Amino acid sequence: MSSLFAADEAGRLLDAAIKGEMPDERGRFGPFGGRYVPETLVPAFERLEAGVRQHLHDAEFQATFQRELREWVGRPTALTFAAQLSKAWGAEVWIKREDLAHTGAHKINNAIGQALLAKRLGAKRVIAETGAGQHGVASAAACARVGLPCSVYMGAVDMERQAPNVDRMQRLGAEVVAVESGDKTLRAAIDEALRAWVTDPDGIYYLLGSAVGAHPYPYLVRELQTVIGKEARQQMLDQAGGLPDVAFACVGGGSNAIGLFHPLLGDDIELIGVEAGGTGDGLGQNAATLATGTPGVLQGSYTIILQDDDGQVQETHSISAGLDYSGVGPEHALLQAVGRVQYISARDDEALEALEELCATEGILTALETSHAYAAAREYAKRNPGKRILIGNSGRGDKDMPTLTQYPARTRRHDSA
Amino acid sequence: MTAHEKLSAAIRAANEAGRTALVPFITAGYPEPKDFIAILKDVASVGDVVELGIPFSDPMADGMTIQRSSFIALQKGVSLKWIFEQLDSVKGEIDAPLVMMSYLNPLLAFGYEALAERALAAGVCGFIVPDLPFEESEDLRDALDARGIGLIQLVTPATPDERLKTLCDASRGFVYAVTITGITGGEEGLPGNLAAYLDKVSSFSEIPVCAGFGIREAADVTAVGKHANGAIVGSALVEVLENGGDARQFLTGLRHTA
Repeated sequence: MSSLFAADEAGRLLDAAIKGEMPDERGRFGPFGGRYVPETLVPAFERLEAGVRQHLHDAEFQATFQRELREWVGRPTALTFAAQLSKAWGAEVWIKREDLAHTGAHKINNAIGQALLAKRLGAKRVIAETGAGQHGVASAAACARVGLPCSVYMGAVDMERQAPNVDRMQRLGAEVVAVESGDKTLRAAIDEALRAWVTDPDGIYYLLGSAVGAHPYPYLVRELQTVIGKEARQQMLDQAGGLPDVAFACVGGGSNAIGLFHPLLGDDIELIGVEAGGTGDGLGQNAATLATGTPGVLQGSYTIILQDDDGQVQETHSISAGLDYSGVGPEHALLQAVGRVQYISARDDEALEALEELCATEGILTALETSHAYAAAREYAKRNPGKRILIGNSGRGDKDMPTLTQYPARTRRHDSA
Repeated sequence: MTAHEKLSAAIRAANEAGRTALVPFITAGYPEPKDFIAILKDVASVGDVVELGIPFSDPMADGMTIQRSSFIALQKGVSLKWIFEQLDSVKGEIDAPLVMMSYLNPLLAFGYEALAERALAAGVCGFIVPDLPFEESEDLRDALDARGIGLIQLVTPATPDERLKTLCDASRGFVYAVTITGITGGEEGLPGNLAAYLDKVSSFSEIPVCAGFGIREAADVTAVGKHANGAIVGSALVEVLENGGDARQFLTGLRHTA
């Protein structure tokens, strides 16, 4: 993809991204992004865009948002030095602990921000989609907090593998709508949420959970998630005494990765996004969109997608529901195309191994999504000894227990102690 | 006459004969690819214009009926290339002009120039692209315009007046007036304020207006026919095909005033 632009054009686009001039007024990140939505939703998107422009950086909105992040979400989240992991890897490993945020993942940053926006825009109710369930739980909690009814669309396959989160959403007052159409995972859930939105574009606020979809969502979600990278950058300076050599984050739609990476784009830090390598390289065996996909339009955005020669979107596989998506946020497509961020993948089994290692060495049960970032960081550390590594720990793994119980733990520290 | 002018002319000819133009929609290759041409000839023998649905993996503006038909057609190997080959084989045998309804990505994958060239050769007069708003449509519109093929704009009850004017001016062949705020195949029927909405669209448009979504029976065709030039029948017809019914008989039945 790096051959997409001439070198000077790539440099110009990257500069614009670093300066925060992306997306442009048409919602474009270079060639990527835009707004490909049904005509019925065009006025709703225009209202949302105007609302974002008016409120998002308004002092009063920001004061409320920052207070909620501090007092309700529990920010700033910790930066943890991983002493034993560092020793095992021959590196200096630091972990940005989004698992410690309220409801257990970075998703809450975006959910509370958009719920506050929905309230300001006078929405009657909120709808959301969810894959792993983390965004659904975050949306349910945020809607309860601001006092708006919430319906969460969730693929039937995901409801099964993330059962504890279904119960959590319902207890938090949300209605969970099972999606039986399409691939019955995140992509089908987004399609179904869009269909629901079309029935009442005036009354419904669609609380999209990742930095994907039509403009202004990739921008809005990024702006609400960059708190991760801003905090981590300062904490590295304060606690580690300097910036990292390299930063890793897992990428499904890419909201935690853009949140961590965006504030670091202008620094001399290698940035590596890690997608789901699933069980292998074949079409349908993974969700390594940026590694193996091609440009196309999916769910409102021109980005890199997994598709066949006829432009039919392909189903994906990943052990982690949160990475199991055929598209990726358009800003990631740009950052790959200009060569600023490298996107690689880790397989299911590598993620599982990394999850166990982190449990054993640091006492942190991380999410299966996040485990992909650890797996890739471990490989990197082997090839590049002595580096200072920052890992975005996007969420905690409690929700993954139904999946994990199918894989007997291989690492038992108390046996060898 | 350019391709898109053939669409307008076919609709006006029906009106001049005292009829509301009937625009049946079928998902190409559904329920069985081998029956595609037979079904197409059947519906074209009653319809004034035929709308061919190109199956897509993510039909986000469609309800369950068309979603189902789309997935089954894909499973059975239907693709845009295959559809063009089928149309080539019956060129000149089908009187009703054809429009293709496709989500954007299959068209993007085909390539706009190649698509426009291929469509013209196969006798396709227009395209309806439900996830391509006017603002993003320039490249496809240019490719189609160069061959006289129409890009048909959708308008909806949620469309503000100023935008309605822009969309009506940009549309070629006819204007597709979505009757409801929702997806295809809804059970709610036609809304009460339909007449005022369709009259408004008609007053903004210099080309024919066809109403679609929620048209299921002869009474619906009659109702929209008083305020629009044509009626588009999609999910109800796909259901007939799904149940092994007779498409021609169903469509003929829609012509009879209730």
